[in-house]
Amino acid sequence: MPVVFVEKVKGALRLASVDPAAAQAGLTPGLTLADAQARTPALRTVAHRPEADAALLVRLMEDFGRFSPMIAEDAPHGLMLDVTGCAHLFGGEAELMQAVQARAGRAGFKIRCALAGTPQAARALARFGPGGVFAEHAVRASVRRLPVAALELSDKDEQALRRAGLKRLADLDDRPRAPLAARFGAGFPARLARVLGDEDVRITPHRPPAPVIVDRVFFEPISAPEDVERVLADLLAETAGRLEQAGQGGRAFEAGFFRVDGQVRRIVVRTGQATRDGAAMARLFRERMGALANPIDPGFGFDQMRMAVPWTQTLKPAQPGLAGETPVEEAFGRLIDRLTARLGPEAVLRFEPMGSHMPERAGRLVPAAARVGVEVWPDLDPDDPPLRPLQMFDPPQPVETLAEVPDGSPLRFRWRRVLHEVVGSEGPERIGGEWWRAPNQKTRDYYRVEDRQGRRFWLFRQGLYGETPEPRWFIHGLFA
Amino acid sequence: MENMLAPDPDLMRLKAQLLALEGPRGRVRSAATVAEGPAPEQVEAQALHDLYAATPADAVSVNAFGLGLALRAAAGRPIVWGLHEMVAQEAGRPHGPGLHEMGLAPRDLLLVRARDVQTLLAVGEEALRSPAVGAVLLSAWGEAKAFSLTASRRLALAAESGTATLFLARAGAVPCPSAARTRWSVEAAASIPLAGEAPGQPSFSATLLRRRGGGATGTWIMEWDREQRSFRTPAPLSGGLAAVAAQRPAPASGDGPQDIRPDRDRRAA
Repeated sequence: MPVVFVEKVKGALRLASVDPAAAQAGLTPGLTLADAQARTPALRTVAHRPEADAALLVRLMEDFGRFSPMIAEDAPHGLMLDVTGCAHLFGGEAELMQAVQARAGRAGFKIRCALAGTPQAARALARFGPGGVFAEHAVRASVRRLPVAALELSDKDEQALRRAGLKRLADLDDRPRAPLAARFGAGFPARLARVLGDEDVRITPHRPPAPVIVDRVFFEPISAPEDVERVLADLLAETAGRLEQAGQGGRAFEAGFFRVDGQVRRIVVRTGQATRDGAAMARLFRERMGALANPIDPGFGFDQMRMAVPWTQTLKPAQPGLAGETPVEEAFGRLIDRLTARLGPEAVLRFEPMGSHMPERAGRLVPAAARVGVEVWPDLDPDDPPLRPLQMFDPPQPVETLAEVPDGSPLRFRWRRVLHEVVGSEGPERIGGEWWRAPNQKTRDYYRVEDRQGRRFWLFRQGLYGETPEPRWFIHGLFA
Repeated sequence: MENMLAPDPDLMRLKAQLLALEGPRGRVRSAATVAEGPAPEQVEAQALHDLYAATPADAVSVNAFGLGLALRAAAGRPIVWGLHEMVAQEAGRPHGPGLHEMGLAPRDLLLVRARDVQTLLAVGEEALRSPAVGAVLLSAWGEAKAFSLTASRRLALAAESGTATLFLARAGAVPCPSAARTRWSVEAAASIPLAGEAPGQPSFSATLLRRRGGGATGTWIMEWDREQRSFRTPAPLSGGLAAVAAQRPAPASGDGPQDIRPDRDRRAA
């Protein structure tokens, strides 16, 4: 039964695309569904969902990224791969194309492929020509044989060309460009030059290609963890060599695992300092992979693995000390990297000051691996005891208090069912809310208090007397 | 260490070998250096020291005491503070400005949060292995099976073979046998009040419960000196206080909201 995809255009259901059987029955996109059903009563209609098509194309792009990291969407329904320097991995250009076709065929797609010197020529040859691999010298001749439709002009312009008897690109190519530009616009000669392969426009890849990419393609899928680890170490060693040649070090390393069934898993390890130590990176990957909440599932095996270094920095060759010792900075950076790889960036932290008078926002914890500049902590009065608690509760915990006077410091307070008798206190330190962040924050009066056991607390009363019916007390932190 | 057995030549040779293996920082040496000085002098570098909070409410005190000792032991090198998540839940999260106010140099401090004790101990061992780290403080809450004698020996060995000193601060736990060089019980002590009964400097009461290889134990009452970054015996009140009082108008309790010290105002701005 012919299948048609329908979408609603201006209130009428029209065919968006048709399958080969429907096309044979004379149905074309753009026809209303009523007309189509009149012509071919036995029709299977499916709602056209462009967003699902787009999502499928993105998934395909991820998977076909195995053939080349330079991959981009080539609308409509197309993918463009820049395979410069990739073909040898598959044994040559023809073999590469066979691999692409075989992969698509296994996934149930009917595809047309062309491999040519420039993206536009390849596109024209795939969509309007026979497809296949075109050698450098043969591209021009093949493109010249294509119909003018390969220029993908507007219907009006295309019709005009046909009326003028210009049917093939060769007819246009043999003519001087100036009259063509005068008739069809200034962009026309450029378009023609691109399709003919005279002008090369690089594609914009779906993922920015990493400066360093190393691939391993396996004839047999691998799945044993020790094999994966060995390949990873091998990839890292080669990556390190490439980085060294370029005088670069990586700040982030991305391992890509391409599964036989098309799933792609990427694992990123970041480092605090630029590095090209393959062995150290292998250790970091081992820790990162050991700590994954969702471990890598090889399924039926990986048939390709890739190591990419998306973030590089200049790294001068270091002169190791005579005794082979590593500098303190570097050793500390490595410790941070190891801990971050194992526990995640949110668990390995550094303190950083923030310009806020709100105690909650006065300092923050930032991942230690994301190195920042020199932080400046405020100066302190040498006579003062610590005025901020060593440890702070977030959110503050409520306490019951008894105060001498309603707006004074507490005499005793009950926290976690224990009654603390206050023997010394200092305050209030009045801290207003940050009204520019959220309105109606209550003013807080902070008190530093010490109880009979010698423990020091930071309490505050939220809201002022008179302003708030019954201000509540909270404990915000503990002093040493 | 006393040899209670008959002097068996094989055993003697083995002991000599073991002593040689233990190196210059071995037990024999530590037994010889029993000092009478203040408490921090009792804390040897490149060793494991157990610190216990006397009561669960002293968790902050034991952490601060550990940080103070770590700062001394690190001598300018970075400090790794491994924090069991339970500590943050029970006693609050470490507060950067608070650390700074204690003079603990937050920029030299690496905070590593560990979900469980097992991870915490692994973090400690990893940090001790790094030549860059000066001191490691592990703060844990509660009893856990992971705090076994074996774990303690591992940590002690890692500390002795590395360059850092390890402090294991535990709250909500009773002191148990371990391979630590010293074992302390720490609690908050009443501070010497400033003018207007304001709470003073961080004060601790630290009791040396046990020292490996024997030696004097005792209790020290100490105050943290932010400027010197060290512990000191609390100075008794003297005439000098009057000058301090002049700088600090007493914010007596029950004052109206207008009475805010100008310098405090600046700090809050």
